[in-house]
Amino acid sequence: MATHAKNHDYHLVDPSPWPFVGSLSAFVMALGAIAWMQNVTPWLFFIGLAGVLYTMFTWWADVIKEANGNDHTEIVQISHRYGMILFIISEIMFFVAWFWAYFDGFFRVDDLEQFARVAATGGVWPPQGIEVFNPWHLPLFNTLILLTSGTTVTWAHHALLEGNRDGLKWGLILTILLGALFTVVQVIEYAGAGFSFSGNIYGSTFYMATGFHGFHVLVGTIFLIVCLVRMLQGQFTPKQHLGFEFAAWYWHFVDVVWLFLFASIYVWGSWNVTVFH
Amino acid sequence: MSEATSANHDSHANPTGWRRYVYSTNHKDIGTMYLVFAIITGIIGGALSGFMRWELAEPGIQIFHGLASMVYGFEGDAAIDGGKQMFNVFTTAHGLIMVFFMVMPALIGGFGNWFVPIMIGAPDMAFPRMNNISFWLLPFAFALLLMSLFFEGAPGAYGAGVGWTVYAPLSTTGSPGPAVDFAILSLHLAGASSILGAINFITTIFNMRAPGMTMHKMPLFPWSILVTVFLLLLSLPVLAGAITMLLTDRNFGTTFFSPEGGGDPILYQHLFWFFGHPEVYVLILPAFGIVSHIVSTFSKKPIFGYLGMVYAMIAIGFVGFVVWAHHMYTTGLSLDVQRYFVAATMVIAVPTGVKIFSWLATMWGGSITFRTPMLWALGFIFLFTIGGVTGVVLANAGADRALHDTYYVVAHFHYTMSLGATFGVFAGWYYWYPKMFGHMYSEFWANIHFWLMFVGVNTIFFPQHFLGLAGMPRRYIDYPDAYAFWNNVSSIGYLITLVGVVAFLWVMLEAWMKKRVAGDNPWGEGATTLEWTLSSPPPFHQFETLPRIK
Repeated sequence: MATHAKNHDYHLVDPSPWPFVGSLSAFVMALGAIAWMQNVTPWLFFIGLAGVLYTMFTWWADVIKEANGNDHTEIVQISHRYGMILFIISEIMFFVAWFWAYFDGFFRVDDLEQFARVAATGGVWPPQGIEVFNPWHLPLFNTLILLTSGTTVTWAHHALLEGNRDGLKWGLILTILLGALFTVVQVIEYAGAGFSFSGNIYGSTFYMATGFHGFHVLVGTIFLIVCLVRMLQGQFTPKQHLGFEFAAWYWHFVDVVWLFLFASIYVWGSWNVTVFH
Repeated sequence: MSEATSANHDSHANPTGWRRYVYSTNHKDIGTMYLVFAIITGIIGGALSGFMRWELAEPGIQIFHGLASMVYGFEGDAAIDGGKQMFNVFTTAHGLIMVFFMVMPALIGGFGNWFVPIMIGAPDMAFPRMNNISFWLLPFAFALLLMSLFFEGAPGAYGAGVGWTVYAPLSTTGSPGPAVDFAILSLHLAGASSILGAINFITTIFNMRAPGMTMHKMPLFPWSILVTVFLLLLSLPVLAGAITMLLTDRNFGTTFFSPEGGGDPILYQHLFWFFGHPEVYVLILPAFGIVSHIVSTFSKKPIFGYLGMVYAMIAIGFVGFVVWAHHMYTTGLSLDVQRYFVAATMVIAVPTGVKIFSWLATMWGGSITFRTPMLWALGFIFLFTIGGVTGVVLANAGADRALHDTYYVVAHFHYTMSLGATFGVFAGWYYWYPKMFGHMYSEFWANIHFWLMFVGVNTIFFPQHFLGLAGMPRRYIDYPDAYAFWNNVSSIGYLITLVGVVAFLWVMLEAWMKKRVAGDNPWGEGATTLEWTLSSPPPFHQFETLPRIK
């Protein structure tokens, strides 16, 4: 694009095969998901998934190349900021769906018009027969982990702004470790649960909401690892480091969603419970 | 703008042949792909409704048992049952195709891609590569939907016959076969496409307006797209969540929507309509934008009450998010909730009225020429107003007790969609056709197309008001003899419309063969937006020197 005769600072992106390859891979992944759910074969799903991951890798590698090649002028960077903010807004609306499902159970569990539901739950929340987690054990620990990781990523950001390479590196490494620790604790918590995903509304809403969040923690952790690698290659400058900033935004978003999950599902959702699992 | 039109001399890697489109990062090429896609899906979706009208032309089961034995090999009574399911599959596929694969790709993907960047004076979209994945996800999503027709849905029958709303429990325990999974994942892909597109449009409009073009100077079509894509951005993830829960209820034993596990089928309806109601404004708002330009152009007057028009659209978008349960009056909502939703729904008539009256006021005292786009725009205003008025009727929870799920509702939303949004699509198509392709169509044949469609769709849908008021329920393959007459009239209307579609294809073919040069601005002094300052078709990259807006 360097030879382009344009008199503006926008980035006219070169043609790329990845949108088509990515769409095709998503299609294969969807077919594979159905094949897997119908107990035909799991392989098609993983082939599609590999295609999607490969597309993400090469696509974003192209983006990084363009960034290093000075295609990302100031106005293009503003576009990228808008894009990331809007993406996070759409993610928030995803969580609205899970919270909606949860609160529909929580608030309307004794709605006598829905007698079949009341028969199943006993009209109480948590539903009868469900032994919930003590929010002040592992969940509180995980809350503290995520809150701490929010501070370490901010530390890394300030270090980056001041050109402090070591601060950036260790801030990132700590954040990644805390993110990984969160995931490990979440797995331990799941493994010791007194309810399952299927067969009851508590487990359905609990695992859907916390599981979707856990997936976002994983994605955020990978995002931060990518930033660590890019940082070690010297790709971030105090003036231009959108990749890092977006990872930090995403991390804060994941953090805030957890606070809502912790407050509504773990704490509020077990308000009247005296015996925990 | 000669410097912009002559600036297409860059010879960097713009591939030709199939790569030009498959690898495209050009908003106009991607817009063209969307439009071609929408024409193909529109014909398929229209063909499905043809079978439905054929079936409903007379009482009794006419053709679907035959279709079922032809397509799926059912015999005897099994063919009757298979045919009934097939009718449900057709209504479902018709709805999903027309909403997600025809109107949205045409208005947002097609005209939005083509003309939002041009009208705001930008050289392309903000994320040109992401723009292309927004498009390419759609054919694959469409393929999933088509594949669903050939897998088991309801026990012993094929296809997803669950309605475009995919309500549980019909879509969960009622249709255990994988067909519904195909439909759900099709919606996932189409939804991802629209969310990415929404991010792209918002960023483009916020960040890439030409120097001097403040938001309050931006033309109404980009404004309409801006409001539309905000609705998509905020509502589609909720739908994606809802259908993901359907998927896990179906395949992993969760009980979000099944009471025996403590779930709630009404929850699905809330989630669906929290998306579904904004979605109907998604379908109509871009048409509002297009019609505004056309009315202004062919009245040779600026649009009346520009700012009122802008804020009316914003108001419609905002209120559109808080009226969803008017689709659910009969589900046992408390009376207070129903009162709220009646009142909130009625409020929408106010900004909508602002728009209708502003179009009329734009024409008032104008120098009007009835070129083809103007005919479609006038048809739009007239028919959309009818759809809006029946909407006010249905907004009343009391009246809706009798009319819910009757043909009155079918007539209502087809007056807003089939005669509103689709007329908007054709209005935009005839308005911008010379700009996009550089040729002029035959005004005579385009007029024929308009009048055939106008008479045809009104003959289809106006009698459905009577059927609905008389109590005929929607989504059934058969009906009592009392409803025979108006159903027959409605089916005759389909035949007229079908001739209209043939006329449309002929208009395109004729224009393509004759290749009359359109010129930069075929519409004269009334056409004032930036696209008319460019050549027809515009250069591969327009505005390499940005235009300045005074």
